[in-house]
Amino acid sequence: MYSYSDFDEAFVRARVAQFTDQVNRRLDGSLTEDEFRPLRLMNGLYLQLHAYMLRVAIPYGTISPRQMRQLAMIADTWDKGYGHFTTRQNIQFNWPKLPDVPAILGALADVEMHAIQTSGNTVRNVTADHFAGAAADEIADPRPYAELLRQWSTDHPEFQFLPRKFKIAITGAPNDRAVTRAHDIGLRMVRNAAGEPGFEVIVGGGLGRTPMVGMTVRDFLPEADLLPYVEAVLSVYNVLGRRDNKYKARIKITLHETGKDAITRMIEDRFAELRPQFGGNDQTLLADIREAFAAPAFRTAPVDAYDAFYKADPVFRAWADTNLSQHRNPDYAIVTVSIKAHGATPGDATSDQMRLLADLAETYGHSDLRISHEQNVILPHVHKSDLPTVHAALVKAGLGTANVGLLSDIIACPGMDYCALATARSIPVAQELATHFEALKLEHEIGPLKIKISGCINACGHHHVGHIGILGLDRAGVENYQITLGGDGTEDAVIGEKTGPGFAYDAVIPAIERILRAYLGLRLEPSETFLQAFRRVGMDPFKTALYGGEGAQDAA
Amino acid sequence: MSRRFTPKVVTANRLREGDVVYLTADDRWTPHHHEAELIEDEAHAQMRLLHGSAQRLLVVGAYLADAKPGPKGPEPTHFREAFRTRGPSNYNHGKQADLVN
Repeated sequence: MYSYSDFDEAFVRARVAQFTDQVNRRLDGSLTEDEFRPLRLMNGLYLQLHAYMLRVAIPYGTISPRQMRQLAMIADTWDKGYGHFTTRQNIQFNWPKLPDVPAILGALADVEMHAIQTSGNTVRNVTADHFAGAAADEIADPRPYAELLRQWSTDHPEFQFLPRKFKIAITGAPNDRAVTRAHDIGLRMVRNAAGEPGFEVIVGGGLGRTPMVGMTVRDFLPEADLLPYVEAVLSVYNVLGRRDNKYKARIKITLHETGKDAITRMIEDRFAELRPQFGGNDQTLLADIREAFAAPAFRTAPVDAYDAFYKADPVFRAWADTNLSQHRNPDYAIVTVSIKAHGATPGDATSDQMRLLADLAETYGHSDLRISHEQNVILPHVHKSDLPTVHAALVKAGLGTANVGLLSDIIACPGMDYCALATARSIPVAQELATHFEALKLEHEIGPLKIKISGCINACGHHHVGHIGILGLDRAGVENYQITLGGDGTEDAVIGEKTGPGFAYDAVIPAIERILRAYLGLRLEPSETFLQAFRRVGMDPFKTALYGGEGAQDAA
Repeated sequence: MSRRFTPKVVTANRLREGDVVYLTADDRWTPHHHEAELIEDEAHAQMRLLHGSAQRLLVVGAYLADAKPGPKGPEPTHFREAFRTRGPSNYNHGKQADLVN
């Protein structure tokens, strides 16, 4: 993976020193909170409901064993022994104390990590396919481009005060695992007629208050044009984007207010101005970065042990069936480690679990780890003969849950258990859904299902693109949950449709059960997934299951 | 006639630790909601909020939260404020753990 250059190192150290001084000046009263707030947010430090929260970037979700161990050390030394992996491939510490934050940032800098631009109206952590460099369906590893974008966007003087935050996602595979259509800029690798790789550029996607699927402004962008083109998009947005109204400030609104054709023209005009200014240094840099992401030296060894174990051990088989994905090397597998044990908090890993994952990556995984936007941890390169050993170690650490892609593999934002913006809780809803259906033993029968829960309209839990989405709201001082169905975060992105009136906290689990029992009753065959069945039959049968027959609206 | 004033408490987070605290009638910041001063008068509430907000070396983000009288002292009326008196529901962390002794 990429290692910091002297420039990166000096920059991050300088920021730590600068923020250390700012914290000291806040603590001695030289800075007011109004003066300090934007400074701490630039360094990823929020004040939440019960404590401060530090959001640390994990660029494009790639992290080394050494970095993972340092996160564990930070969790033990300055927090409560765990960290929360987020839907933006970041990690959040929920209990840091303000005077300790400079030391935490110093410890992060020691392993080439930081919390810069994890908040504020800037280009945020660039996210990528968590199977990058390993997936069988990939055109190219998207991470070198993501790293190029990270370097370009970090402290970019023109884009530190954008109208609003700006999120870029990139995938190198046709099967979109990075939700690119729900980002301010989504980059999807495609090939042109000549077979050359380039990008489909999607602009103006986003969830939140006004969910929108992005629009394609360029069908094929040659890879050499990536930076000038992205800069052109940001430059047009920086001028047009509305700073008068926070709720209309994202580029998705700019795009709709300006019109796709007009904004595409403006982007292309700006691109024509910018392109000649890029003299090729970006491509030289990209070539250097690409070397850092060279594929590991894959091992050649027999995989018979795996095949035998798979046949013999039903627990291992269940795990292999759900948690492994196809690697581009047929002797290898991609392991998704579920951070969603039934009843646990989605995305929370203890320091011991982090250290174990680091050890496993080092011993069996070519020292590579990923954080997925679905809040799991990935070992992208595991030789099949090592899988039984890896599985046994995971099980011992409470990380062997065989539920990836199933009902209990739920995305949930921190919700009102932590977040100052939340309007309702999401974590306990996720916990109860997982334990409830585990007790019913229905999870495997239901099959592939993505449930996503947000505790407010800002949609950090991606509820709009959940096959079942749950949105927690405050209705007259009581938690109330709105359900959406049919959302999809893949290359065929769809925003889910509301079922109707919301449900009280105690009524939401029974409501989901009614939906899923209706699905089990109406599916054509076990292989028809919930999403396929919903697309076939539409909302009506589920409405009836939820609210009863015509006119019967018993839900709160 | 104007609407009746809903009683309030002044609440904030401690600057250094981030902990949730409440302003008492004798000008302390307490972690216990029931020790807060229950303010029944709007003008007095504004004065107390100003007083709380001015303590910039002690607290951050002071605001007035709705409350009601209870047997031990003021109680929160909204679930958000009730969560702030305890901590998160997924772990025994925060005040529900720290204030046991």
